[in-house]
Amino acid sequence: MHSTRSSATEMSEPLLSIRGLKTCFATRAGMVTAVDGVDLDVYPGECLGIVGESGSGKSVTFASVIGLVRSPGFIAGGSIAFEGVDLRTLSDEGWRSLRGRDIAMTMQDALTALNPALTVAEQIEEVILAHANDLPRGGRRDAARLRAVEMLRLVGIPAPEKRIDDYPHQFSGGMRQRIMIAIALSCRPKLLIADEPTTALDVTIQAQVLDLISDLRRELGMSVALITHDLGVVAEHTDRVAVMYAGQIVETGPTRELIDRPRHPYTKGLIGLIPRLSDLDAPIRPIDGQVPELIGLGGTCRFYDRCEFRTPRCRTDIPMEAVEPNHHARCIRVNEILRVEEVLQ
Amino acid sequence: MNPLALVGRIAQLLPVLLGVSVIVFVMMALTPGDPVEIMLSGQQVTPEQVQAMRHDMGLDRPPLERFAVFLGNALTGDFGLSFFHRRPVVDVIAERLPATIELTLAALLIAIAISIPLGVAAAVHKNRLLDRLAAVGSLFGISLPGFWFGIILIILFAVHMQVLPVSGRMDYACEVAPFTRLMTIDSLLRGRPDCLADALSHLILPALTLALPMAAVLTRVQRAAMLEVLRSDYIVFAQAKGISRRRVLWRHALKNALVPTVTVAAIETGSLLGGNMVVETVFGWPGLGRLVVESIFVRNYPLVQAAVLFYAVTYVFLNFFADLLYTMLNPRVRL
Amino acid sequence: MSTALEAPAVAIERIETPTWQSIRRFAADGFSMTAAVVVVLFVLMAALAPWLAPHDPYESDLLRRLQPPAWMEGGEWSYFLGCDALGRDILSRIIYGSRVSITIGVAVVLIATVVGTVLGLAAGYMRGWVDIAISRVIDILLGFPYLIFAIALMAMMGPGLENIILALVYKEWVVPARVVRGEVLAAREMEYVEAARAVGAPRFHIMFREILPNILSPVIVVSTIRMAHVIILEASLSFLGLGVQPPTASWGSMVADGRAFILDAWWVCTFPGIAILLLVLSINVASQGLRDAFDPKFSD
Repeated sequence: MHSTRSSATEMSEPLLSIRGLKTCFATRAGMVTAVDGVDLDVYPGECLGIVGESGSGKSVTFASVIGLVRSPGFIAGGSIAFEGVDLRTLSDEGWRSLRGRDIAMTMQDALTALNPALTVAEQIEEVILAHANDLPRGGRRDAARLRAVEMLRLVGIPAPEKRIDDYPHQFSGGMRQRIMIAIALSCRPKLLIADEPTTALDVTIQAQVLDLISDLRRELGMSVALITHDLGVVAEHTDRVAVMYAGQIVETGPTRELIDRPRHPYTKGLIGLIPRLSDLDAPIRPIDGQVPELIGLGGTCRFYDRCEFRTPRCRTDIPMEAVEPNHHARCIRVNEILRVEEVLQ
Repeated sequence: MNPLALVGRIAQLLPVLLGVSVIVFVMMALTPGDPVEIMLSGQQVTPEQVQAMRHDMGLDRPPLERFAVFLGNALTGDFGLSFFHRRPVVDVIAERLPATIELTLAALLIAIAISIPLGVAAAVHKNRLLDRLAAVGSLFGISLPGFWFGIILIILFAVHMQVLPVSGRMDYACEVAPFTRLMTIDSLLRGRPDCLADALSHLILPALTLALPMAAVLTRVQRAAMLEVLRSDYIVFAQAKGISRRRVLWRHALKNALVPTVTVAAIETGSLLGGNMVVETVFGWPGLGRLVVESIFVRNYPLVQAAVLFYAVTYVFLNFFADLLYTMLNPRVRL
Repeated sequence: MSTALEAPAVAIERIETPTWQSIRRFAADGFSMTAAVVVVLFVLMAALAPWLAPHDPYESDLLRRLQPPAWMEGGEWSYFLGCDALGRDILSRIIYGSRVSITIGVAVVLIATVVGTVLGLAAGYMRGWVDIAISRVIDILLGFPYLIFAIALMAMMGPGLENIILALVYKEWVVPARVVRGEVLAAREMEYVEAARAVGAPRFHIMFREILPNILSPVIVVSTIRMAHVIILEASLSFLGLGVQPPTASWGSMVADGRAFILDAWWVCTFPGIAILLLVLSINVASQGLRDAFDPKFSD
């Protein structure tokens, strides 16, 4: 058994359990199935990485989880259970009280995610006021403000009691990202969806922000779904990984194992994109081709056109299969490929 | 805001204001009809007396000198005598101004009260019935000839249903000691609900007539701005916080979507000034617009000149103010 | 080159220029098409007025003074919309009145567009003192509310059809001039202009043969929208008595004539106003359709 899942998650029930999720967009060109039958679990306290190119459906999957798929998108099937409750049965008010309190989200670019016309204070306090029911009567606003300052201090904003009344544009990019994280975490959510938290940042600040998320995860005991297109980020900060391609999960497994022994040809391709310190001279091999149009797919492996291992047998719907107890891949040639590689080595 | 930058911006207005005064001066200089002859018409005068009067009024001096005198006088608020009223033009204008201000403010309030909720609702219900109705409504709004619509309102509410007065500003029975000279406000201040009701009954139709085209324009602006804002990331992020839908719409979205609307409203207030002439004429409203139209027919040119200059200067400053508002409402734009 | 290989495929499908696509989009939009048809009907009405009008619009018959429309008591079918205070047929006067509105609307917008386009091109392409001078004049003219400017000019020039056209053109040219100047500033940096400059094409050739055709569609769209505005302005001037003078039938002055009789003859001022509303509304709808067809990014 190769499980590297942390001991905290070993025994427990999943916090979030997605089964057969299907999310579609009605466009002029036809129905686009952006997420097509995704099964995914997030366990308490773990950090799950979701990797894929843009258009792979990784963001839409989690937009579905928090009930914020943008028009003209809609959830067409499947179930999303959070702590055993199917979120698809929630009322508007049920969604409202879930968002921000149980499941929180950060977006790619804090510059566009923070409201330019409202002060940072207002944007943090409103979440606390919407969810906290332990604030003292009569002094709710003052208490919320105190908590907001505390949150800003927690994410590392210097002199938060002075800066809190500033507007977002008065902060640097890295500081804005921290403010967005502070807002998301201000009600101690059980699950944080971090959608590309570092893509908009300078390389030097990227590591700081990721470390901050990891530290806060341990400190607050929450789960994190880290959505990224960067396997390097995943390798350092996650316990488990799910690789998505063209609306499907193609491989899931413990991070270490999946990176050391990737089974799906697509994952192998992605790993070819990580520059290795041990092997700096090795050329980075990009994957040829593009993600297919997500209209009228089916009856074939979605990676078929770009796969170097394809055979006529791949022209069928491929199921997920276990290659190890915790490691699954959506490829019918996993074992053959493994043997070939062993021979080559 | 940086006071130095503000001064700089005001300085940029000077060439425009100068140009505006040149045009007003030239227009009036080219207007046929010698003011002296108009003033003395019907009186027995000798040519020498006419000549003396021309000299007194400075009409025999070269154009450039006359313009300098005109400009100097204008800056000190001296626009000469109103031929017709035999009183200083400034006094006559000052007397009529409050009525126009009251009408303009009322129209502005009505236009905003209609357009902001309607524009927001249309954006939220994009392409649904309410949105379509708002679109058709605003098309009608911009296509209505104000003078005709005012008359139709009079026919409906004053002649046919007889619930509102035909014209005027206030019933003679209502005597309210002037303070702001805005009848509605004065009635309130003096605790006269009967007069307030009377003032409002006179005000509502002309204000509505003036307001509708502006409301149509503002509804479109508000809808477009709201649609743009609703697409933005910060709205998704605000929704992800679990705050109420009302708060997402009216605080997060509207605070941003109001910027273009307020700016356009300030500019459009200038167009209300133009509309005033027509609407005041239709409703017999004793304001500046009607005074100008009447003055043209009696060839009371000093008054027309002063009023046109006044309108233009107000308009220039309204546009300047709109610019300033845009800057102040938009924390991202710095001077 | 690979383009040579692809050429036959292109030739088989009919090439659609953007303009053709826009025209097709417009034709497919039933609402705008209907409005465009109404506008054309109004133009035909103006052109064919002598043959369409049932009566002489200037012939007064005091026996028919304030005669109500046909469907009311005392009305006659041959005087369908009733008669005015001088006993003139309102329908005939509305038909003739369309000549004033349409002549002035078309003339003002046409002249203003030509003048504004030339000045806008000059300002945008030549820059320097030409731009400064033209832009300053534009700023100053923008300092006047439209109707007040027109009223003051009418007071100066006196009434009459030509003078109304002039009074409105004096300010109207600013609109196309600003649009053109903005478009030219953008076009100056485009490849086709730089290419023309590089091969040494003369300045006027670049301005009128290279740039102008490429910026024409926004100018046309703006002009049609402005026509609605100009027609309302003319009607307002005529209503105030500063426009077309009696006895010429114009919709604005017809409404003004009817004002005195709103207590007992509502039809005198109601019908000419409906004519204005219908024409202006149709122009607005059609021009909005035109704008959406030519610039789909606005169609939200």
